[in-house]
Amino acid sequence: MLPTLFSFLYQFGDAFAFLVIASMGLAIIFGMMGVINLAHGEFIMCGAYTTVSLAQLGLPLPLAIAGGAVAAGLIGMLIEVTVIRHLYNRPLDSIVATWGLSMIATQGVLIVLGSTMQGVGTPLGSFTVGGFSYSTYRLVLMGIAVLLLAGLYLLFYHTRAGVIARATIQLPRMARAMGVDTGRVYTLTFGLGAALAGLAGGLYAPTMTLVPTMGATFMVESFVTVVIGGGDIFLGAAPAAAILAVIRSGMTAWQGQLFGQIGLLITVIIVIRVLPGGLSGWILGGRK
Amino acid sequence: MNGQGNSGPGVGQSLIDATPRQQRNTLALWLSRLEGPQTMGRGRGFWITLALAVLAAAIYPLFVDGWTVGNTAYFLVWTFMAMGLGVIWGYAGSLSFGQTAFFGLAGYGYGVLTLNFGAAYGFTILALLLAVGLAVLLAVVLGYFMFYGRVQGVFIGIVTLSVTLVFQAFMAQTAGPEWAIGAARLNGFNGMSGMPPLTIPWPGGDVLLYADIALYYVLLGLMLVVYLGLRMLLNAPFGNVLVAIRENPERAEMLGYDVRRYQLLAFVLGGALAGLSGVLYTAWGQYITPSSMGITAAALPVIWVAFGGRKDVTATLIGTLAMIFLYQWLTIYGSQYAIVVMGVILVLTVLFAPEGIVLSLMRRLSARLTSAGGRP
Repeated sequence: MLPTLFSFLYQFGDAFAFLVIASMGLAIIFGMMGVINLAHGEFIMCGAYTTVSLAQLGLPLPLAIAGGAVAAGLIGMLIEVTVIRHLYNRPLDSIVATWGLSMIATQGVLIVLGSTMQGVGTPLGSFTVGGFSYSTYRLVLMGIAVLLLAGLYLLFYHTRAGVIARATIQLPRMARAMGVDTGRVYTLTFGLGAALAGLAGGLYAPTMTLVPTMGATFMVESFVTVVIGGGDIFLGAAPAAAILAVIRSGMTAWQGQLFGQIGLLITVIIVIRVLPGGLSGWILGGRK
Repeated sequence: MNGQGNSGPGVGQSLIDATPRQQRNTLALWLSRLEGPQTMGRGRGFWITLALAVLAAAIYPLFVDGWTVGNTAYFLVWTFMAMGLGVIWGYAGSLSFGQTAFFGLAGYGYGVLTLNFGAAYGFTILALLLAVGLAVLLAVVLGYFMFYGRVQGVFIGIVTLSVTLVFQAFMAQTAGPEWAIGAARLNGFNGMSGMPPLTIPWPGGDVLLYADIALYYVLLGLMLVVYLGLRMLLNAPFGNVLVAIRENPERAEMLGYDVRRYQLLAFVLGGALAGLSGVLYTAWGQYITPSSMGITAAALPVIWVAFGGRKDVTATLIGTLAMIFLYQWLTIYGSQYAIVVMGVILVLTVLFAPEGIVLSLMRRLSARLTSAGGRP
């Protein structure tokens, strides 16, 4: 009984961690700026490639992962300044533009670095519970997902930078009148979202094969989490990840990974019919 | 119907019909809608240009060999999906990233049907209709959940993109022998092949439309019919309401239009046209693979329509043909850079010509013609 329960909790935690880590960057950029970043997967890819390159140069894995996040963040800020900035009053166009960037990045990496890259093995080994073997690293990832949520909460609700960011999002004109450089806030927010995507890539790099199209494997899950979550990260994306994790781990255990994905998709289609504003819209709407 | 505000250029004037409706018969009414506020190009000059273009396309096979004509027919295959996306995105204002889902579903549908039932007695034509019907069904179900849930534009893009990506992932894992529908093996990542081409029953031997001159003419005719049909539909009240919704959904709603229903209808129309492209593609090359629903395949129609100009069906059509030609040319001379170039074109178009490059040029041309004293 207990091993079965542990197995289920482990599956759930694994799915939850994946959904949170994969979607956080997308959720921040969408929640704060209303822009769906279709190059999200490519920031993940960038983080993963940087992490693996640094690790192969001999850097310890945690530092390499941080390096991946920083690299993705810097590229994100560069893209914000060159492309996204000019499209703020045209959200649909900014999505299309990020799609163009995603195509350039995927194909560019394929041309420059070839179709696959030597990865690093999953660290930390494994442990057994009731005859089944589990990866310790994935347990660490679950912890990181929770820490990430807590850290972002502290950042946005308990620091001056967070207050300025939220002020800019709610009333950009007022924030500007109060002396906030809103342009810089947008750049930093986009950079933070990209860095979180890079972090996701770095964290999952040891567990998967590195190919230029790897970003696409994160796409559906992170989209679905953000759509069900709605605009707010803490009231939306986090509970959405928890609910979707139940569905995904259940479907995956029953029929395999693809059916986990199909289950998510059907859930999202039904949820948008019932709760168009996503979970956060529903929760916040109830409070109004 | 009358007395609408004028939210956008053309919306107000379009609904005022000078002649009483009873005095015209239906055909004349619809023919009059070939020109109107929602489509560019009017007057003798435009129609003469169009006739010359069609004539040039019609005599083109006389000058090149059959293989080249078959290749050109391949360009025409895609125009239906592009025009459909133009209606959804440009006219109804809701961005669909997943037109390839309908494309793939109908393509696979055609394959499964014809591999099971063959091509005798003109069955391929019926298979075409059934497969497009399948795409329509998917569009109705998906569109119902999205539009009746009042989802915003951004989310429509994501949900439709997710649908096509999941379809691709699903079809890619159907390699095993257990994945078969009747006699048709789905074949996973390698895709289905060996289905018959479109076959027209004809006294004295069926006409098999292989990728050759006959198929080219059929596709050219079909494209012309769809293009003119869309022109009429978009200048009809239906099109006017779509544009009104695009310009200001709240106002359209207040005027008594069911915004959700019109958006759903536009979405279904676009889905049907994407499905038509899918069937024609499958019939053209006698194969279809899951990658036709992948992320790159899904991006291409968006690029064509963005480049051409989504708010005008003529611009969409010209832009699509130009982009497909460029893409073909690039894949021949620098295969791996083709997608990079497409991405660059998309980003530059969005940044510098958000209305679309062809449409901007057309507007400039028409302004010049007007200012030069010619008829608009």
